[in-house]
Amino acid sequence: MTVQTGIQPLSVGRRAKDQAVRVLVYLAFAVAIVPLVSVLWLVVKNGLKRFDVEFLTHSMRNIGARDAGGGAYHAIIGTLEQVLLASLIAVPIGLLTAVYLVEYGNGRRLSRFISFFVDIMTGVPSIVAGLFVLAFWILVLGMPFSGFAGALSLSILMMPVVVRSTEEMLRLVPNELREASYALGVPKWRTIVKVVLPTAFTGIVTGVMLAVARVAGETAPLLLTVFFTDSINEDPFNGPQMGLPLYVFGQSSLPQDIAIDRAWTGALTLILIVMLLNLVARLISWWRSPAKRG
Amino acid sequence: MAKQIEVSDLDAYYGSHKAIEGISMTIEPRSVTAFIGPSGCGKSTFLRTLNRMHEVIPGARVEGKVRLEDQDLYGASVDPVSVRRTIGMVFQRPNPFPTMSIFDNVAAGLKLNGRFSKSQLDGIVETSLKGANLWNEVKSRLNKPGAGLSGGQQQRLCIARAIAVQPQVLLMDEPCSALDPISTLAIEDLISELKQEFTIVIVTHNMQQAARVSDRTAFFNLAAQGQPGKLVEMDETSKIFTNPTQKATEDYITGRFG
Repeated sequence: MTVQTGIQPLSVGRRAKDQAVRVLVYLAFAVAIVPLVSVLWLVVKNGLKRFDVEFLTHSMRNIGARDAGGGAYHAIIGTLEQVLLASLIAVPIGLLTAVYLVEYGNGRRLSRFISFFVDIMTGVPSIVAGLFVLAFWILVLGMPFSGFAGALSLSILMMPVVVRSTEEMLRLVPNELREASYALGVPKWRTIVKVVLPTAFTGIVTGVMLAVARVAGETAPLLLTVFFTDSINEDPFNGPQMGLPLYVFGQSSLPQDIAIDRAWTGALTLILIVMLLNLVARLISWWRSPAKRG
Repeated sequence: MAKQIEVSDLDAYYGSHKAIEGISMTIEPRSVTAFIGPSGCGKSTFLRTLNRMHEVIPGARVEGKVRLEDQDLYGASVDPVSVRRTIGMVFQRPNPFPTMSIFDNVAAGLKLNGRFSKSQLDGIVETSLKGANLWNEVKSRLNKPGAGLSGGQQQRLCIARAIAVQPQVLLMDEPCSALDPISTLAIEDLISELKQEFTIVIVTHNMQQAARVSDRTAFFNLAAQGQPGKLVEMDETSKIFTNPTQKATEDYITGRFG
């Protein structure tokens, strides 16, 4: 066999392989995008029918099974409050855990232990988180069903996501920046607060938003913890609340077409809320980024 | 403000691996001391022991004494953070803080360590940038990101950042190795100016550079791969480059190895 040297023309075989792989990649992309587009299309098409002022400002109180009208105001404030409370619990804990793992852990036994349990928590089915809060917070401690109980179960689901994504982002911060800061005589904790976290800020925000988006759509843990209501309850610490996923679940299991329409609109509202939150996060990142000033 | 550094019998370890062994030397104030030697001989490690940056790496430790005038830097009661504030450092690759503007980069050491009024900061930033020969190039865009400068400018920005906290000693770990000849020249000129005020220690792979900028030169070598690096000899730069006492130094300088 002779070894060919020198500059050769591109062989027909390689050209064909290149084309084949190219087609495969495009196909895979199309397959991946089909469910996304079809879900979005269906939700928008069916949801727009009831996406009106009444839907956004009224609850389901005194709306009979066959009555038209009604809305998801109680579910919207429920979801917003529950997700906000869950974030308030999960984000600081998750952030500090990630800072410990990356900056202080150094592969010590405790950090490996934490890492291991974060992995396990990532795999916990959402209904188990709900069951835990039900069993511990509501049954053992005797607390009432409330938005806060729901937020507790959501925060259990959020925490590992925040830890993992923040950890990844902190590891991406080059060590040279930490050393540059140390060499200026800046203590370690200040280096973390003023150099490492700001450098990773955009990535951390994205991670937190993914976690928020994940739990905003959780239904199972809410079923067990916030219970269910048709009335407006603005106090997340007292009494049953509603949430958009619960609302969609409840309405879609009714036989009437008007209820099904409400369920579609509820789903649309949920998607819009998550999108809006994402937009806000993007804006914050953009506003904080040095490129804006450049 | 420049102070003398005296090192006696210093060993440095990475975990159980001994990287340098038995180093003793005196570094004179208001002068440039260059460290030369083949790769892996421990020059950079030794440099990092001088401001306690070595121990930042997990598992790294130091045995021996480093004295700045009459203070033992490794004394039990010494805060390593204050040592680094007194002995500044410039790294091999320019590393400006990417989230900060040019102004904030220079002011970083001050801002992160205490409270300064805006006018104080303005003054210090201007002096430091002038000290680093960068002022004229950046004065109109101080609020632009520091990462947007060229490599040579970034390195001078890092020098400005290091001198803004007014250290007594400035350590430079191959500050020109990532730069083109023109930027290198700019930094070398700067080093000759800075030695009026600071004690400067520079690690370099470029022997012409050591000959050009330094007053005294230390040659490091290691007996074999995996052995700890040692100080072979240290003397006036002119003597090291023309008439070294050790055979190994002569071989290295004339390019016979390394």
